Amino acid sequence: MELTRHWRLHNQRYSLVGEQCDRCGARLFPPRDVCPECAEPAQELFTFSGRGQVYSYSTVYSAPEGYQEYAPYSVALVQLEEGPMVTAQLTDLGDDKPEIGMPVEMVTRRLRADGDQGVIVYGYKFRKHVKDII
Amino acid sequence: MRAKKLNRGVALVGAGMSRFGAFPADTTRDLFVQAFREMRASVDKGLDPRGIEAIYIGNYSSDLFEGQGHTAPLMADWIGLASRPATRVEDACASSGVALRQGILAIASGLYDMVLVGGIEKMTNLPTERVTDTLATAGDVLYEIPAGFTFPGFYAAIATAYMARYGASPESFMKVGLKNHENGALNPKAQFGATIRTMMDRRIASAKAKGRPMPTWEDEMAFLHDDNANPVIAWPMRLFDCSPISDGAAAALLVAEDLADSFSDVPIHIIGSGQASDCALHDRPDLTTIASARLAGEQAYQMAGVRPADIKIAEVHDCFTIAEIVATEDLGFFAPGEGWKAAEEGVTGRGGRRPINSSGGLKSKGHPVGASGIGQVVEIWHQMRGEAGERQLPNSVDLALTHNVGGTGQTCAVHIYERRR
Repeated sequence: MELTRHWRLHNQRYSLVGEQCDRCGARLFPPRDVCPECAEPAQELFTFSGRGQVYSYSTVYSAPEGYQEYAPYSVALVQLEEGPMVTAQLTDLGDDKPEIGMPVEMVTRRLRADGDQGVIVYGYKFRKHVKDII
Repeated sequence: MRAKKLNRGVALVGAGMSRFGAFPADTTRDLFVQAFREMRASVDKGLDPRGIEAIYIGNYSSDLFEGQGHTAPLMADWIGLASRPATRVEDACASSGVALRQGILAIASGLYDMVLVGGIEKMTNLPTERVTDTLATAGDVLYEIPAGFTFPGFYAAIATAYMARYGASPESFMKVGLKNHENGALNPKAQFGATIRTMMDRRIASAKAKGRPMPTWEDEMAFLHDDNANPVIAWPMRLFDCSPISDGAAAALLVAEDLADSFSDVPIHIIGSGQASDCALHDRPDLTTIASARLAGEQAYQMAGVRPADIKIAEVHDCFTIAEIVATEDLGFFAPGEGWKAAEEGVTGRGGRRPINSSGGLKSKGHPVGASGIGQVVEIWHQMRGEAGERQLPNSVDLALTHNVGGTGQTCAVHIYERRR
């Protein structure tokens, strides 16, 4: 993937910045400037808290290029507390198995190894909510 | 909304396919020519190909798989019809189901009387990791793929949600694979022309011949639970829950209904067509159903004026075993949460009340993604005309359905077919 595309996605990837619809109040992630609920423009930025819970998950053993060093790793659909669902990898699980309903929070991690184009991609992953770890 | 109908009827008067499998010596052109020849031979009263007025070809990604774009005119040229308007249709794994629909619409509009629809894909040139990467481009490459999700991973997440809600288990999925391999063993075009039992026996024989430790599987389920024989790809999806990487092509001939008798002794009328789209997996309220399949199915049933219970057989998009279970619920054959029980109880077998994927499905027949939609049509054509050989269903098949999904359900095309004599 091109460097410029990673740069453009910087706010979403590092800070979970989405959008809010002026008209119906829906919160959007990924941001897309048009509300999927009411089809009206939705361009007001909204930063998500990064807290949510696992909606569903899988553990990937057969990994694509750039991800093999992490395999097996768990991926999840995480329902954010503000509503939207994000697709993300789970991290720092240790011996814990992922579970539906597991409370999780966003952290920034390296997403994939140095690919063909020498770009190391960072972005959000989710770990078990830290309160439960301590 | 008013009921949707076609402006004039459309009939299927020929269908054929290449074998599905890994064919290092064949390009998509070779495979398509094979499919076209078989289709031509299937037209009861003969076909002069020069009568074909337009061509729609489903093809997902010849660009990445073969380094060849702009494939539709090439296919037209290779069958001697270089001047015909040839259009490539891309909707991931639903490409040729949607190409079929485009052909139907083109005839129903009155513009053409005879249209060729087809599907092609040549996937085995690339190593598995690059095939995985290429398939992943059917997902959202900005917001899904960077997480390390793969297509087995997406369907595995659907399976996880389905198990949690309805109490199904990985064994439920294994039963789908067992059944589809039973069916595929009777299909000479299938990539895996063998039952799970046969594959086990081959491995046992091979271990014996090589003096290796003999496997000790008690039965097929023990084999399917063996992490070495059936490794986990993306939990809970194991290798035998996943359709294979395949090469293949398929073709079908559509004509205006009033011309059907001049081509065919037993034409198959296409009486329902539906298509719908959906957002990426993470934007859906429910992972245990594919909304585009429900919508496309409702459209097709409404157009055809039939109910799910009327359908005698269906070829559904079992790219993964969980996908077949979800499909049988989305199409209304079983209530939500009942599909896995039907799979476990044998209801969907060839001898069952609701036969699904008599061809072996994508699981056993193979899944050359852009060809799979028309590949389904080929099975329906044979079953409805009583030409399915050893796997022919015992009862008269006068009403059938195909269900072709792209991605994780961002696209779905459903068609309903009727035999009137």
